[in-house]
Amino acid sequence: MRLCEIKAILQAQVLCGGEHLDWEVFSACGSDFMSDVLAFVKNQALLLTGLVNPQVVRTADMVEMKCIVFVRGKVPGPDILALAEERGIVVMTCPKRMYEACGLLYSNGLRGNCDGDN
Amino acid sequence: METIKLVYPVEGGDLIEAGEASSKMKLTLKKLGLPQDVIRRASICMYEGEINMVIHADGGQAEVEVAPDQIVIRMRDTGPGIPDVAQAMQEGFSTAGQTARELGFGAGMGLPNMKRYSDEMAIDTEVGKGTTVTVKINIA
Repeated sequence: MRLCEIKAILQAQVLCGGEHLDWEVFSACGSDFMSDVLAFVKNQALLLTGLVNPQVVRTADMVEMKCIVFVRGKVPGPDILALAEERGIVVMTCPKRMYEACGLLYSNGLRGNCDGDN
Repeated sequence: METIKLVYPVEGGDLIEAGEASSKMKLTLKKLGLPQDVIRRASICMYEGEINMVIHADGGQAEVEVAPDQIVIRMRDTGPGIPDVAQAMQEGFSTAGQTARELGFGAGMGLPNMKRYSDEMAIDTEVGKGTTVTVKINIA
């Protein structure tokens, strides 16, 4: 699913990396526990989180995620956005709550692709 | 390719900034042209180790050896040591404080994740002296 489709489905606002909305992701992970995110390793993935701090960006970077979506309208500060920009990660914020945001993406075809192995 | 040795100091105290050493190592591994999967596994292990060092030991040092067939990462600290390694290896067990939890860590997944993504892992620890966690990641 392309990031521009995710933006539309979640009614999200792009906070940085808007030039990369043609990027595609193949799986997604929704969590506020960064070690759970680190236990989720898939190529070209998306992170949905309600946690707002620089470690969210560092975590996404370690597992080469393409995009972070902050749920419940949370907007990270400029330091976090600068870090994401530097690491080449697209950042969006969406008004949906975590459950709804995950459900919308899942029902539109973006699966976790965990296969029970993670 | 000869074995390359890298040393990264890990600053203690500032959990918000933790992860810089792992980022630097990841960039170096990318420049060396290693496979993406290997880079990712090494990065996760080092990052979890780095976070642990900052939470529990006020920093330390990461030594990374990149050989043609294997990456060895040694995370050395002079912190309080781990009294019960088996307990520390259990998913969900954590002694991390509130600050770590607020940042999304301290869920008791650090060492288990390091084991999950490495091919070999060893913990050498002595209470009151410190801990060295060594992980090996095969390149082939």
